[in-house]
Amino acid sequence: MSTPQEIHFRDPASRLPGQPAMAQGSVLDALGEIEGETMVLNMGPSHPATHGVLRIVLELDGERISKATPEVGYLHRGDEKIAENMTYTQFIPYTDRLDYLSPLANNVAYVLAVEKLMGIDGQLPPRCQYIRVICCELARISSHLLGIGCFAMDVGAMTVFLHTFTEREKIYDLCEKLTGARFTTSYTRIGGLARDLPPGWVEQCRKFLGEVVVNIDETEKLLTRNRIFIDRTKDVGVIPREMAIDYGLSGPNLRGSGVDRDLRKTRPYLIYPELDFEVALGSVGDCYDRYLVRMEEMRQSVRIIHQCLDRLPEGPINVPDGKTVLPPKHKVLTSMEELIHQFMLVTQGVNVPPGEIYFGADNPKGELGFYIYSRGGGTPYRLKIRSPSFVNLSVLSRLLPGHLVADITAILGSLDFVMGECDR
Amino acid sequence: MPTPPIELVRQIKSRFGDLISEPIEFRGEVTITLKDYARVAEVCAFAKEQLGCDYLIDITSVDHYGDDPRWTVVYEISSLAHGCQFRLKTDIPEEISELPTVTHVWRTADWHEREIYDMMGIRFAGHPDLRRILMWEGYPYHPLRKDFPLAGRPTDLPEVAFTRPAPLEGGPFVTTPGQPNATEREPRARETGRES
Amino acid sequence: MGSQSDYGYDSKIEGDVVVTRVDAAINWFRKNSLWPMPMGLACCAIELMATGASRFDISRFGAEVMRFSPRQSDVMIVAGTVTYKMALSVRRIYDQMAEPKWVIAMGACASTGGMYRSYAVLQGVDNILPVDVYVAGCPPRPEALLDALLTLQKKVSREPALARLKQSR
Repeated sequence: MSTPQEIHFRDPASRLPGQPAMAQGSVLDALGEIEGETMVLNMGPSHPATHGVLRIVLELDGERISKATPEVGYLHRGDEKIAENMTYTQFIPYTDRLDYLSPLANNVAYVLAVEKLMGIDGQLPPRCQYIRVICCELARISSHLLGIGCFAMDVGAMTVFLHTFTEREKIYDLCEKLTGARFTTSYTRIGGLARDLPPGWVEQCRKFLGEVVVNIDETEKLLTRNRIFIDRTKDVGVIPREMAIDYGLSGPNLRGSGVDRDLRKTRPYLIYPELDFEVALGSVGDCYDRYLVRMEEMRQSVRIIHQCLDRLPEGPINVPDGKTVLPPKHKVLTSMEELIHQFMLVTQGVNVPPGEIYFGADNPKGELGFYIYSRGGGTPYRLKIRSPSFVNLSVLSRLLPGHLVADITAILGSLDFVMGECDR
Repeated sequence: MPTPPIELVRQIKSRFGDLISEPIEFRGEVTITLKDYARVAEVCAFAKEQLGCDYLIDITSVDHYGDDPRWTVVYEISSLAHGCQFRLKTDIPEEISELPTVTHVWRTADWHEREIYDMMGIRFAGHPDLRRILMWEGYPYHPLRKDFPLAGRPTDLPEVAFTRPAPLEGGPFVTTPGQPNATEREPRARETGRES
Repeated sequence: MGSQSDYGYDSKIEGDVVVTRVDAAINWFRKNSLWPMPMGLACCAIELMATGASRFDISRFGAEVMRFSPRQSDVMIVAGTVTYKMALSVRRIYDQMAEPKWVIAMGACASTGGMYRSYAVLQGVDNILPVDVYVAGCPPRPEALLDALLTLQKKVSREPALARLKQSR
């Protein structure tokens, strides 16, 4: 940064006869004697660039941030308390609305946690597991598309936002055909899925994959070697490796700093061990690295979905256990045993054994974990949601000081958090 | 190659002896309970420095309303180098409701502990900035406690926020967990005036 | 456009001049350029953004200028769950909007609290703001939001604009 030019004032008093001529000092000397106060700027809960309701109280020294205090909780809806009053199946719609950019991934993570507690996660039929992986990866593409779109829009490139939203609309179409809703899907159930793939879905998915790769390439052309984008994001918001681990970051934020921790590889679940994909790692840990990690993750997700669609087996989609999964309707209306199962499942919920587990899944935002402490019965005694965005945001108070005000949008966009998940 | 978590847990047990209970394995996870809650910072520091457990995944709190000790605080600790994770639990009686902080061990514990203070009311001695994080400063209750109703209680803090109880229309119509038999679990059992 | 009674127009007599009532003209200007202030709080904000994107194009109805400044906007679209912590900010921003202003409560959470019947959620933003149009859905489809915008436009066109202007003087 070049030093400000010296500006010489001519002291008006020196024009008067008899006054000693003042030495012509520079502005910097004059300013040096002024004790500055830092200005407090409130980047309030309602702000276009904060990706939801996040409040940051900034203390500014000119344009430089000297202290930043993020304040969360403006979207705290009491999910964990609600979970103690709902059966496990009734809580699935609430998991949609945690990270509302990738609801399918949240659904999968939650039911995997409950299934782990019940001990039936080894009995999931292969078709169910393949479909769940396809859902997770579609959600990952959807979330990263919006993350990059909003990041670019905040940094100034408005076109990218509209481009990525077009692709997201195609994912919404796929979700709508599969689950009935554009997002807020509530698709998975304990022991399986709500319904099977509709006819023609696999072809539509393949067609979409072909188109999304074109769109990712276009976004890459617009942003990756763009001089302005690089200037705004390179060496901005650098999170060193040790800081990333110490602050518990996860997902692309952690991998952007060079830490190889992808739960799909380190603690694999579903059929990820059989799939062939690579984990994108950054080197420096700045905003540009995190953006590149997300772009590469999208490409790897496309690769994963292609493999899953090629290998998709036929078969049932639910665990064959009447006490876990709702029996087919025609049996309920005719046979006694299924009627009793249906009644028990709907009124009392799935009977989960007492115990406690923690299950963490690699969501697009990071590690979404569910800690369930159960005392038996159909409702959890305590359900804790380990939210990646909550943990990712805690690094802000350490990361922001020293940057300029204009860097805040770049850093917030690159951290890619969602307040629905942060505040639960 | 990932180390099985039982190895790390055995090293902690050999170091701290009787303070640590026998490890419990359930669904492939290892849990140890610390009998003296005041030494939790020491155990965590040992885990981080000697065993390389550099990544704290989560801190949770559980309210055993009606049992003594009332609180359980659960630490999910993992090690990136060893590629494994285990759980450390500790019980705190209600009269104390205070634990030493582990923010000097893992920075991420900062916000987790603030959330536990906000939701459950367990204080953390030595925390750099223990204030409410999800509810607002000045909110008088700790919402996740079992004796706090889901609908909430009315409060009023002028210029900051107000709360009114949510209309639950007699619901939520779900069973209570952990009750011995089905009649006790049914929602109707609550309507006869029993506290859930 | 207005009904027959609003516009007396005969091309042979008036030519390029349209004769109408001041009310109708003012309402027509206002309803076709409703600038929304998106109070995007939660998941409904994503559907709001999708409505603004190219597929459902809210710009067709004159409302693409999503002004995040309350001083420059006409309609506040409360999209998402309003918690008690956020309620004061929403009210303050509503107060900063200039007359005439309207409110669309988008989604179940903004209308009645939605599925979050808990200690932290305001059960309906109409506890703190006067709402003009409620949109059902969780989240409402973009088409539903556009329908709400059209309903609001119909409501605006019925307002006695001239009488209000005279009253406020």
